[in-house]
Amino acid sequence: MALLEICDVTKSFGDFTAVNNVNIAIDTGEFFTLLGPSGCGKTTLLRMIAGFDLPDSGQILLDGIDILSIPPEKRPIHTVFQSYALFPHMTVAENVAFPLKMAGEMTSETNSRVKEFLDKVHLPGFADRFPNELSGGQKQRVAFARGLINHPRLLLLDEPLGALDAKLREEMQIELVDLQKEAGVTFVFVTHSQNEALALSHRIAVMNHGNLEQIDQPSRIYGFPKNKFVAGFIGKTNMLNAQVLESTSSHLKLILSGLGEMTVPGKEGVCVGDKGAIAIRPEQVEILPYSEEGEVKNYFRGKVHDYLYSGDVTSYIVTLVDGTRIEALLPNSTPGQAKSFEVGDSVLVAWKYEAGIFLNE
Amino acid sequence: MNNENIIGDRVKKWLIVGPPLFFLLIFFVVPSLIMFVTSLRLPGEFGGLAPLVAPVGEVGGGYGLTLEAYKFLLSNTLYAEVFLKSFGVAAVTTLICLMLAYPLALLISRSRKRFQNLMVLLVVLPFASNFLIRIYAWMIILGPESAVSHLINTILGVLGIAPVTLLFSPFAVLVGMVYVHLPFMILPLYTNLEKHDSVLLDAAQDLGASSWQRFWKITWPMSLPGALAGSALVFIPVLGMFAIPEMLGGTGDILIGNLIKDQFLGSRDWPFGSTLSIMLTLAVLAIAGLTAWITRRMGGMKYAE
Repeated sequence: MALLEICDVTKSFGDFTAVNNVNIAIDTGEFFTLLGPSGCGKTTLLRMIAGFDLPDSGQILLDGIDILSIPPEKRPIHTVFQSYALFPHMTVAENVAFPLKMAGEMTSETNSRVKEFLDKVHLPGFADRFPNELSGGQKQRVAFARGLINHPRLLLLDEPLGALDAKLREEMQIELVDLQKEAGVTFVFVTHSQNEALALSHRIAVMNHGNLEQIDQPSRIYGFPKNKFVAGFIGKTNMLNAQVLESTSSHLKLILSGLGEMTVPGKEGVCVGDKGAIAIRPEQVEILPYSEEGEVKNYFRGKVHDYLYSGDVTSYIVTLVDGTRIEALLPNSTPGQAKSFEVGDSVLVAWKYEAGIFLNE
Repeated sequence: MNNENIIGDRVKKWLIVGPPLFFLLIFFVVPSLIMFVTSLRLPGEFGGLAPLVAPVGEVGGGYGLTLEAYKFLLSNTLYAEVFLKSFGVAAVTTLICLMLAYPLALLISRSRKRFQNLMVLLVVLPFASNFLIRIYAWMIILGPESAVSHLINTILGVLGIAPVTLLFSPFAVLVGMVYVHLPFMILPLYTNLEKHDSVLLDAAQDLGASSWQRFWKITWPMSLPGALAGSALVFIPVLGMFAIPEMLGGTGDILIGNLIKDQFLGSRDWPFGSTLSIMLTLAVLAIAGLTAWITRRMGGMKYAE
């Protein structure tokens, strides 16, 4: 049985549907991420799990028990807020001990427990400081320790790294993964950053306009996006409009207006006549000179329009004969060489058969 | 930074700090010194002060500086009692104001922004009419023929208790004191509570705090600087107030303020009136100092942003 089950949950504010008929099951020990652009309903969903909002319909079960009638303070679920929400009039130690105090679990071991958790978040010796004497990253760590100290069944994290600068955020990402492993607590993490989601999560739920678009492991979300939104939101992707000519379980034959026919791997639920797009990730696109036309199967002809050198890779923009632009990311393996092709070169853009994915409209 | 800039900065600093300092010097330091010197002089025969030096040809005492007034103050426990009573009234008024103002300030601070301004306006609205007129209004409200008096005495009658007189009693003094000073408690409390981040209460609730715990562990301790500021703003003026006990109190409801006023306008004993004033000023300064010290010890300065 899943630890947390969100069943058919819908929540509206006036005319605005914030969460639309969402179903999610989260397992014990999972690092689960809700990913989506701002306003997609991920924070509303988190607030409903915490108990600050109630769904209009649907159920939320924890260990198989409906928790909707339980107020936030009685749910064994803690939240780490984006603004940290440390109590300014309490020391770090008092902040961390707060959940124990509220539960009436202050014992002679409380001090050593607080110390243990401050050590866990790499803040030894900070017990007597006040929150306004801490940096952003330190405040964040105190908030983690406070959220974990009395072993909640679930820790909700609402864009906890959003207020930190880029370098610190990267450090905290690694710490967060370690912390989750060490504490053995199930995390539900909310973010709008696809990098964070891909790097940290066991599974990701992608949301848009209150709808759940796809739930899967990071590599599958990236590799096999279910639709155009997911493909476009997570990472960069090239999309070529296409229509289905032939659909079998092994392959799809597509017609691209102005470019010709193309075959991609088969996909369930696709019918002849469906409109959609072929999605190909830039790093899976190869660029070859015309002379190698015989060597590859899936390709289109084009001209190099521009390139962007960024050290480890160079990104080429190739214009196809119908005017569509394709981005290709090529690694720079030769030192001192910024590009393998010149602007204006006639080239082939090619990809491995499996890299082309058909996405329904 | 070059010299010119440093001089320019100094000039700016004095331009800002200068006027209030000058104001305090003229209207606080100088009068206090005059008061202090007056307290050491002898009263004149028909009020005012006796000359410092005996006129030519006159022999005998009654001139120069003396500690008579201070000796007189200490000679009679009556004055100490009035002081104590004034402190008591000020303390009780402050406590009642705090208990009445807190829920209201909390309500205002948690209302929608546009209602907040309206409610603050309503709190300060009584200031638009004259203080004495408002006290006269209370004389009517608490008077023997008023609806309030009739209602209370009817209820007491039903319960078999003898009727009471509301006006000219310690009760009336307290009502007047609380009524006049309530806004001075509400405003600093509201200013403090309004700044509280509501996410802190969400966090406390999320971490297991009941509504009662959220108030006593988060809201109340964070509002202490506001409560202390309001308490000082109520306690100090109540301590020196003479109009309210004079108008609403009975003959026995004399506070220091009345005593001082009587020395200048009634008994015409300026040195003794000055002595009482000096004592009151010292008491107020001590309280203000204590308040500041407590605020700092609470760590109030540490997290106030």
